[in-house]
Amino acid sequence: MLCFALKKRILLWSLTLVLAIIVSATFTTYYFGGASRRRLIVSTTTSLYDTGLLEAIEEKFESQYPIDIYFISVGTGQAIEHAKRGDADLILVHAPSAERTFLTDGYGVCRKIIAYNFFVIVGPQEDPAGIKGHGVKDALTKIVKDGRDGDALWVSRGDGSGTHLKEKALWTLAGFNWTEIRKESWYIESGTGMGKTILMADEMEAYTLSDIGTYLKYYGDERINLKVMVSEEKALLNVYSVIAVNPKQVHDVNFEDAITFIKFLISDECQNLIANFKKETYEQSLFYPTVRLLKEWSNSTVAQWIKEFAYFNGTECPQEYRDDHPELYE
Amino acid sequence: MTQEIIEGLRRALELIVSGDPAVIDATFRSLYVSTMATLLAILWSLPLGLIIGNKEFFGKRVVKGLFNALLGIPTVGLGLILYLLLSKSGPFGIFRLLYTPTAIILGEALLITPIAVSFTTSAIESVDPEIRNLAKTLGASESEASLVALKEAFPNVLLAIFASFNRAISELGIALMLGGNIWGLTRVLTTSIALETTRGNFELGIALTIILFLIVFVLSFITNLFKRE
Repeated sequence: MLCFALKKRILLWSLTLVLAIIVSATFTTYYFGGASRRRLIVSTTTSLYDTGLLEAIEEKFESQYPIDIYFISVGTGQAIEHAKRGDADLILVHAPSAERTFLTDGYGVCRKIIAYNFFVIVGPQEDPAGIKGHGVKDALTKIVKDGRDGDALWVSRGDGSGTHLKEKALWTLAGFNWTEIRKESWYIESGTGMGKTILMADEMEAYTLSDIGTYLKYYGDERINLKVMVSEEKALLNVYSVIAVNPKQVHDVNFEDAITFIKFLISDECQNLIANFKKETYEQSLFYPTVRLLKEWSNSTVAQWIKEFAYFNGTECPQEYRDDHPELYE
Repeated sequence: MTQEIIEGLRRALELIVSGDPAVIDATFRSLYVSTMATLLAILWSLPLGLIIGNKEFFGKRVVKGLFNALLGIPTVGLGLILYLLLSKSGPFGIFRLLYTPTAIILGEALLITPIAVSFTTSAIESVDPEIRNLAKTLGASESEASLVALKEAFPNVLLAIFASFNRAISELGIALMLGGNIWGLTRVLTTSIALETTRGNFELGIALTIILFLIVFVLSFITNLFKRE
């Protein structure tokens, strides 16, 4: 009898449990499925997201369109991989060479360059390798030399991110073989994000390559003492592009809303937002808009740099990858 | 270092008292997701634990060893495997679960299954065999005797449940890989901590950690009360 009552109670408990799960599951489905707003998934690079810029853009955009933007903040490599698998409708990245492959492999269409800034080579104030005021090539050569002498250290992201790809390109530019120097003892790979890498460089009094946003944030908050050593030259150019995922190649992506978002990104309103983002806080711009620059001042030095660095066949997006959206390129 | 922690403590208090919407949002989502994951895991772990604990069968040691080994599975690794399964081009892509709280719930439920099963098994096994024998002499069948054992082991089974919940609420890898840390949708306490850390907002990171710790601490405290009884 006792056992019978116990059994009944356990049965009741199990029933309650099942019921609780069903109710919550229904609630969850309702919570997403029932929403009248459409979803747009944007896979993006951490350096862009961590500054807070994308949240500012999201707020403006969502107040005007019935579309919810979901940002997935990962490295450029992972963002592209997400998009190829159909897990993103749009990518916002900063690695022109990887972007070109993304287009030519047929995964991306309607590329637009939306902003740029400069990477900075930062290092300890004492500047043991004496690179301040030198160009990138000289600076890296000096770092290698002093590194081998045991006087300087370099910390690398080593995570396949856009910043890491840039760093590898800079070593090549300076005439070094990255696969060789990474084995040397003065070359340290953090294998993590920009924030942790820059902290590590600060602790070790090492040099590193950083995006300007992360550097200014950490420096402004007095978390690091590293100073900018090399900046604002063509080799350090950092160009951000947006690319829609090709609906003909990847099934079931939200292409229509992706185009709406791209149009918003290149609108005057959003370009102004980019230009003024946190400008007062840091007394300098974190990002510079590109749309008007490339259209109206296309002969300026920076515009030329952007064209040489981030254009494919003389354009930001070759004709065959425009997917009948010529209005984006007027 | 100490300055950041003290500042973090102050911020934590401030955030809790002022009811910061982002913090409340992440906290409730964390609670919701981990509770659901725990409930779901109990659904299959409790019967599994009961069977393994009560019955003698061939390969029992191997099964127990397997669940014990799975206790140490890295969350990022499990997250990656589940991401590939749930991705649009993966085998379960048609369900469109990726980047939803449901995905995190499923992932965490799988993650905590070994804890729930192992702890339940040992709870059942630690019941004095005399109690089961007594039930049988009083005319109980084999399965009824098992239920009596469950009743005896109840405080320890509860401990298993709370341990599972704690693991679910404090894990990062699955929430990050399957949820994508989307603001207002899948951002939970642990992913917020990771994000604020990379953003350099250390005080906020510490504040969120303290909130997470408080939740876990209160639950452990309650569990201990049960255990004493």
